[in-house]
Amino acid sequence: MAGIIGYGAYIPCYRIKAEEIARVWNDDAESIKKGLNIREKSVPGIDEDAATIAVEAARNAVKHAGIAATDLGAIYVGSESHPYVVKPTATIVSQAVGAGNNLTAADLEFACKAGTAGIQMLMGMTESGMIKYGMAIGADTSQGRPGDALEYTASAGGAAFIIGKEKSEQIAEILATASFTSDTPDFWRREGASFPSHGGRFTGEPAYFKHITSAANLLFEKTGFKPSDFSHAVFHQPNGKFPLVVAKQLGFSEEQVRTGLLTPFIGNTYSGASLLGLAAVLDKARPGEKIFVTSFGSGAGSDSFAIEVAEGIEGKRGRISSIDGMINGSKIYVDYSVYLRNRNSIKKS
Amino acid sequence: MEKASASSWRRMEERYNLLANECKNCGAVYFPQRIVCRKCGRHTKMESRKLSGNGTVYSYTRTHSPADAFEEESPYLIGVIELDEGPRVEGHIVENGKEVTIGTKVRPVFRRMYADGEEGLIHYHFKFAPV
Repeated sequence: MAGIIGYGAYIPCYRIKAEEIARVWNDDAESIKKGLNIREKSVPGIDEDAATIAVEAARNAVKHAGIAATDLGAIYVGSESHPYVVKPTATIVSQAVGAGNNLTAADLEFACKAGTAGIQMLMGMTESGMIKYGMAIGADTSQGRPGDALEYTASAGGAAFIIGKEKSEQIAEILATASFTSDTPDFWRREGASFPSHGGRFTGEPAYFKHITSAANLLFEKTGFKPSDFSHAVFHQPNGKFPLVVAKQLGFSEEQVRTGLLTPFIGNTYSGASLLGLAAVLDKARPGEKIFVTSFGSGAGSDSFAIEVAEGIEGKRGRISSIDGMINGSKIYVDYSVYLRNRNSIKKS
Repeated sequence: MEKASASSWRRMEERYNLLANECKNCGAVYFPQRIVCRKCGRHTKMESRKLSGNGTVYSYTRTHSPADAFEEESPYLIGVIELDEGPRVEGHIVENGKEVTIGTKVRPVFRRMYADGEEGLIHYHFKFAPV
């Protein structure tokens, strides 16, 4: 089966605390922090966007994998915040990592799950022998309307995964994948609109919970695995609470979810969210451990994966910064006005 | 507003990946690239060479009177970086919570440099960040 040859991530160093956003909108900070299980979120620098985040993550992934970038046969970048509507982020990434010209590349969009959709595409392409390696990236500078509940979580970051089928090169094998998809209007952004709209409480039951549990159960049926077979579970994490609830519904413990739950510290990185969670788990996972991953993208769909960590992971440790280091390393806290400036949200004329 | 994109496209490898060249006759490294080696003249044997982007702050200044394209970022740091491979390169230094001073070790990062208005091209470029 196809597997992960290497991975890389990037989280901007800027942060805004939930208290600062609550101060501006006269919200009860403690109630928001408790309700969403969020302390602070990452904020892009004024010169950062989904393309720069994707490039930083991709460069780390190539370094971690230890492959020649010119061996990449495909690059897919999933994002809700591609800098251009027409002109791919994927070509910027391919040029910046030195992948050369003999590859296919494309941008993907499926709300927060385009990155895992890219991994599935690459599984097929590598297993069929069409390409040797491919890279799937999920990266976003997420949008949230000022004053909306989303503003407490919509953040910035991304992760890149290099997929290949040569077992001796893998740090983890993807044992199986299953997806569940439906036309569900829980969250959307129209062409030209600056901010997304969402269906409020509708985003929970018929969208997030239904799709994640359905994809997960399909995977369990397909493989015969049960939650207790996995050492870690990673879910899409729009806030810090939903992943804990859906984990409990499926029969996972809080302990299994803890390592991959990053939203309380960096917010919801949209397309990067479940992939960053997986990267955080891989930073610490041991050979032989199984990892359960299920993404969610509004609109809506979920991709589930059963992954088994391989011996090869040990030899590649320490090649790149850890997720822990990115979350707890040097940080610059910004106030709400600098946050708006960095998000290019201040109208000057 | 439409602007010519050809010059930006031609220099993309330089701006994204610090592509320099090296005279194989004497070992001198040039960034930006030169056609003729200063030392070897007609004996020049130039080959492309990608620089690591790792280096040391040789000098820097905090700019409070920016060019139009960088107004949003002001004040910002511009420095001369002595790269590990030898050449001194001018570049923006991003602040990441670590102190910047002469002698600070830096590494390359990939950032937006400027955009041609709201509808034009976005120009990406290497910058430097304290290690």
